[in-house]
Amino acid sequence: MEHAIAVQELTKRYGDVTAVDHISFEVKEGEIFGFLGPNGAGKTTTIRILTGLIKPDGGKAFVAGYDILKNPIEAKQHTGVVPEVSNAYVDLTAWENLALTGKLYGMPSQKIRENATNLLKEFGLYEVKDKLVRTFSKGMKQRLLLCMALINDPEVLFLDEPTSGLDVESTRLLREKITQYNKDGKTIFLSTHNMEEANQLCHRIAIINHGQIAAIDTPESLRAQAMELQYIEVAFDKIVNIQEFSKSPSIIKAVPAGNKVRIYTADPPTVIEFLVEYAKKNSLRIISLNTMMPSLEDVFLKLIRRKEVIIQ
Amino acid sequence: MSILTEQFKRSLAIAEKNIKIYYLKGPVIIFGLIFPLFLALAYTIGRNISLKEFLPGLIGMTTFFTATAVGPSIVPWETRSKTLEKLLCCPILIWTVIFGDMLSSFIFGLIISVIPLTLTLFLGIQPINFAMLFLGLIIANLCFSALSVLLSAYPPTDIPATSLMLSSLVKFPLVFISGVFIPVEQLPPWGIVISSISPLTYFTDMVRQLFLKRGFYPLALDFLALIAFTAAFAFSAIKLHEKTLTKRLS
Repeated sequence: MEHAIAVQELTKRYGDVTAVDHISFEVKEGEIFGFLGPNGAGKTTTIRILTGLIKPDGGKAFVAGYDILKNPIEAKQHTGVVPEVSNAYVDLTAWENLALTGKLYGMPSQKIRENATNLLKEFGLYEVKDKLVRTFSKGMKQRLLLCMALINDPEVLFLDEPTSGLDVESTRLLREKITQYNKDGKTIFLSTHNMEEANQLCHRIAIINHGQIAAIDTPESLRAQAMELQYIEVAFDKIVNIQEFSKSPSIIKAVPAGNKVRIYTADPPTVIEFLVEYAKKNSLRIISLNTMMPSLEDVFLKLIRRKEVIIQ
Repeated sequence: MSILTEQFKRSLAIAEKNIKIYYLKGPVIIFGLIFPLFLALAYTIGRNISLKEFLPGLIGMTTFFTATAVGPSIVPWETRSKTLEKLLCCPILIWTVIFGDMLSSFIFGLIISVIPLTLTLFLGIQPINFAMLFLGLIIANLCFSALSVLLSAYPPTDIPATSLMLSSLVKFPLVFISGVFIPVEQLPPWGIVISSISPLTYFTDMVRQLFLKRGFYPLALDFLALIAFTAAFAFSAIKLHEKTLTKRLS
């Protein structure tokens, strides 16, 4: 099996609204694949199709080598899921929640006991395993949900906004565990709003908007697609007239940013030379000068806006 | 192991979960225990008839209310507590969930409905065939459990009280047209026709025959009707939940 997930022309409509519009992509085995998009872009619908919760109106999807439409049970048997809006059973203990999930995956009792013990210890929940989940904090509940998703030792893990609304400690722990489980060979499909999280964790990222894939690439390559969004932040010892910067053809735009000037350019070396010359000519001292690469967020916004302009 | 056996085992896990979570929920206690108890008291106190005479109605009513107490609230509750999506992500089929819900409703109904039956035996009132009565009790509990899970399918609400209220709207009229208070043979012709559409009619008729040796329908027909209603309710519940379960996720 080369691809852990393969999606071909997947489409889902709700009445007149096309939530997912003929999307195609592949997730390689052992990859952390980020799925980014604004609210209502089609992220959760895509995950729900891939996890067998809803049926698409068109297209195909294969998970762990199984057609999710034709063999949903086999496909689900090899996956673990932390849905976006979900909860463990608060009237059951952490142990009972894990045991239930294990039974629903058809695992033998001995294996459930073994995996549950290891996971609860690993996620720092073993001491509270016999307490009702209603007494848990949000971070503890989210850790338990991840334990439940891992109880069957899945090949593919679907995580829909796993760190949303969590405290710093729980977020860090979950990110560490995602990286660790990926190193252990699991393929991870991560839907997130958090650009930094996607940048840190993902090998490749798909950006979805209005139900269509706007881009799929590595975080670095995505940033390279928006080189015109890189900028130089420069601070002089005196106030300068930024209108004068328009004289340089390499400068796309110059805007004030506090006591600094932010200069957008596709050619930072030429602009730095221009700034040094400008400072000499006007008897100015450069106090600070930083070259900033476009963030993933810049790329994301650029792609989303481009799509919106096309739609308009 | 066949997929059927494997899914059945997973239904048992769902039933076990339901027993732990829902049996002690307030609405289940009210609709499944307190309500039938007070209805039974209202039905019996001050009536100048023998225990044996009102026993079929009493057992019918108790079984009906208890077996339909758990089912209507499970899916709305799971929707509300946001556990439904996680459950459906597991490698289980819709019927596995429905059967698990039916099973937990059935066990609750069976345990509670055995109480008046035991009390009856303790008081020395013997049915003509105890094994047949117990078999009938099992089929009736299955039938009413399937009905209760069907009643939770529509509307796809996440408010358990709404589901319980709507199921009560179906349950109460059924009690009045099913020969619980007035035996079917004493109903007017139009009443007999209406009562024939209620599964409870066949159960009370069966119990009446097994205790009083008189009934309106042949005993075999009572059994067959209950089995047919069970199959129809279970099939409809699966089909309707298949359509509405995903609507609950948004």
